[in-house]
Amino acid sequence: MFDNFPLWPVRAAAGAGNVDALYIFLLTLSAFMCLAIFTMILVFATKYRRRPGVEAEQIEGSSALEITWSIVPMGIFMVIFLWGAAIYFQERTPPRDATEVYVVAKQWMWKLQHQEGLREINELHVPVGRDVKLIMTSQDVIHSFYVPAFRIKQDVLPGRYTTAWFRATKPGVYHLFCSQYCGTMHSGMIGQVTVMEPAQYEAWLSGGITTGSLAASGDSLFQQLGCSTCHRFDIQGRGPNLVGLFGHPVHLEDGRTVIADENYIRQCILSPHTNIPSGFKPIMPVFQGLVSEEQLTALVAYIKSLSPPPVGGQSGISVAPKPQYPKE
Amino acid sequence: MATVAVTAERENYLNQEYGIRSWLLTTDHKRIALLYLISITFFFFVGGFFALLIRLELLTPAGDLVQADTYNKLFSMHGQVMIFFFLIPSIPAVLGNFLVPLMVGAKDLAFPRINLLSWYLYMIAGTIYLHCIVTGGVDTGWTFYTPFSTAFSNTKVIEAGISIFIAGFSSILTGLNFVVTIHRMRAPGMTWSRLPLFIWAMYATSIIQLLGTPVLAITLLLVVFERAFNLGIFDPTRGGDPLLFQHLFWFYSHPAVYIMILPAMAVESEVVACFTRKRIFGYNFVAMSSIAIAVFGFLVWAHHMFVAGISLYAALIFSILSYLVAVPSAIKVFNWTATMYKGSISFTTPMLYAFGFIGLFTMGGLTGLFLACLGVDVHVHDTYFVIAHFHYIMVGGAVMGYLGGLHFWWPKISGRMYPEGWGRLAALLVFAGFNLTFFPQFILGYMGMPRRYWQYPPEFQVLNVLSTAGSTILAIGYVLPMVYFLWSMRYGKIASDNPWGAAGLEWKTSSPPPTFNFEEEPEVTWEAYNYEQIPAPAEVNVER
Repeated sequence: MFDNFPLWPVRAAAGAGNVDALYIFLLTLSAFMCLAIFTMILVFATKYRRRPGVEAEQIEGSSALEITWSIVPMGIFMVIFLWGAAIYFQERTPPRDATEVYVVAKQWMWKLQHQEGLREINELHVPVGRDVKLIMTSQDVIHSFYVPAFRIKQDVLPGRYTTAWFRATKPGVYHLFCSQYCGTMHSGMIGQVTVMEPAQYEAWLSGGITTGSLAASGDSLFQQLGCSTCHRFDIQGRGPNLVGLFGHPVHLEDGRTVIADENYIRQCILSPHTNIPSGFKPIMPVFQGLVSEEQLTALVAYIKSLSPPPVGGQSGISVAPKPQYPKE
Repeated sequence: MATVAVTAERENYLNQEYGIRSWLLTTDHKRIALLYLISITFFFFVGGFFALLIRLELLTPAGDLVQADTYNKLFSMHGQVMIFFFLIPSIPAVLGNFLVPLMVGAKDLAFPRINLLSWYLYMIAGTIYLHCIVTGGVDTGWTFYTPFSTAFSNTKVIEAGISIFIAGFSSILTGLNFVVTIHRMRAPGMTWSRLPLFIWAMYATSIIQLLGTPVLAITLLLVVFERAFNLGIFDPTRGGDPLLFQHLFWFYSHPAVYIMILPAMAVESEVVACFTRKRIFGYNFVAMSSIAIAVFGFLVWAHHMFVAGISLYAALIFSILSYLVAVPSAIKVFNWTATMYKGSISFTTPMLYAFGFIGLFTMGGLTGLFLACLGVDVHVHDTYFVIAHFHYIMVGGAVMGYLGGLHFWWPKISGRMYPEGWGRLAALLVFAGFNLTFFPQFILGYMGMPRRYWQYPPEFQVLNVLSTAGSTILAIGYVLPMVYFLWSMRYGKIASDNPWGAAGLEWKTSSPPPTFNFEEEPEVTWEAYNYEQIPAPAEVNVER
């Protein structure tokens, strides 16, 4: 109903409607509270304005009233909290079969790479109806990936991956803003997200020039950098076998057990000594400063491709449950 | 009590000594309050000037009035000046300094020399910051987010950091002085339950200043060290963690919001009581809600970080805690409103500001519920919605409170009345200008316009033009009081000791008070806000 109302942002993703509904609820509640308080003040100010000979009536207070206007708002606040938490929970847990897009932010542009290998700058093309998971990092300062039409926002940090996801529901071209102040041309770090019908999207995808899938370029990097001399797939090498690693728990030499997610793999490549799997020696060279963020994403994508996504609903703590949005 | 003012020169803190030396070396809390008043007014207009330039730049979608780098410096320095050099010292260091000893019935603050030291620290900090402004400025946003501030910005981050570090100590010492004074220097009979609510709120503020500001000081020092000596504390390429900075920064900077708003609530309670001629409804609840705000305020900082990359569960905890701090704020609003019931209400300038405060603070508080709500915050975080929200609290709330308080106690401070008609006009201008400036920003925010944008897509222009128009009205509303306050110091009607017929010890001494506040030590035998025992002034000094 608000799509043609110029003071309201376009709604183009699953979940955006939920955010709007909660927002409208909050607006209504606030309007009601303002109206109630302002009316009371107005009535009192008129009715009890100073008149000669009329004294104010001293009233000490009322514990019953105080408790009422503490408990009732608290109850309403808890409803808002739970409602907001439910939406946030969905926003923070990407469906496990989502298509992955790698995002590298830098002053002042967005570099995006599809699994198929296609690269884009300040533009992202996605098909309607597909779950898209963004795996994002920054080359320099903190940025933030914000698409108002999707109601999603996630800060993009240097030195780690953060994720966000969406499912576009409406073809069109939408703003992509950097919403975390990042220096001189912060306001120029604007891109666009183009949502296309699936057929159109396939045509667009096949028209692009690509040097092979992201995982494939990760594979060749894996050979080039000599990773394959220690991380072997046939026999036990000097490094761990990486097949089936992603998404599974790893026991570390220092006693910790961690889930091998994107950030873990990233950290293992850049500073291996901080995460030595139990039973291995700290012999891997440090790659901090030797691989670019793009190469890193290719390597991560490759290592992920060595672990086929788990079938059905079994194990795997890092994999999220299916989203609860109805397919549109 | 409401004796007619003596027209001859009665000895008071203003005329006891003359000469620049008697001011710069004074240990009189009232004179120090005036020193602060002059200094923070200067910084208020510096910050306001930056704000006007920001609004003028945003009149058009293209970045055309100033360069991008200049714009980034403008909003950074607007924030830092307004927060660290105006809002944080505003009510505590001016009105608090003047009133805390008077209200508790003391001759001065507990440590008069430390009080003067606070002002000197503030001035040193201010001078360094001014130097930073004129030699290039700083462009980190007021928030100094790393690694931008430590590794990427080419501006005077170290100088700004050191300046705010020093200003922090000024704030800590003021807080310390108030806490000790309130504990140790109350007049005989002035029990805790007889304290004006102003004192309760100022006490809560001081606790935050004492406990929170050292964390900011350390955090800024770490930023300076990382930038100057290449330490790896926050910069991930050197093994640091940029989120650590945000945690430390907001650990102070969220409670800092309460350093700014609690004193305005302090003023609100006094003004509402006086101009309804009633004891504040639910005294105990209003007093305790100040303490509750100070305590809970320390537990909500990460609600500034819901999209920053903190864990899902941390976000849930900080969201629910944020709602806890909303309850005591709501309690206050309800109690002020209830105080008006069956009151005897007059519409003087301070009361107009008080009405404005309740309205704007209510709107600011309610929109805070949106931001504490995880599902909505993701969309509106770092947009103009946030800008509008905190300006409703800090300008609509804190500045309205400050201006209302300044009008209310002006007769006591200067011994003169301000012109009531002009006062009301300015109050209305501020209220109207404020709403026109900041209300459109809520809509802009939900539409998705990010904050700190030098240029923006054209569909946001109409609302930005409205906002800029409002800011010019607001500017007039702010300049007016400065003009008539100055005018009134010479030409204003001589104020009686208690022109409003107000309760409170500060009104029992002369206007302006003598250097040691009271001719003889007061002994308190009455409860706070004993308005039934004080005759209302026949005419509330209104020039019709």
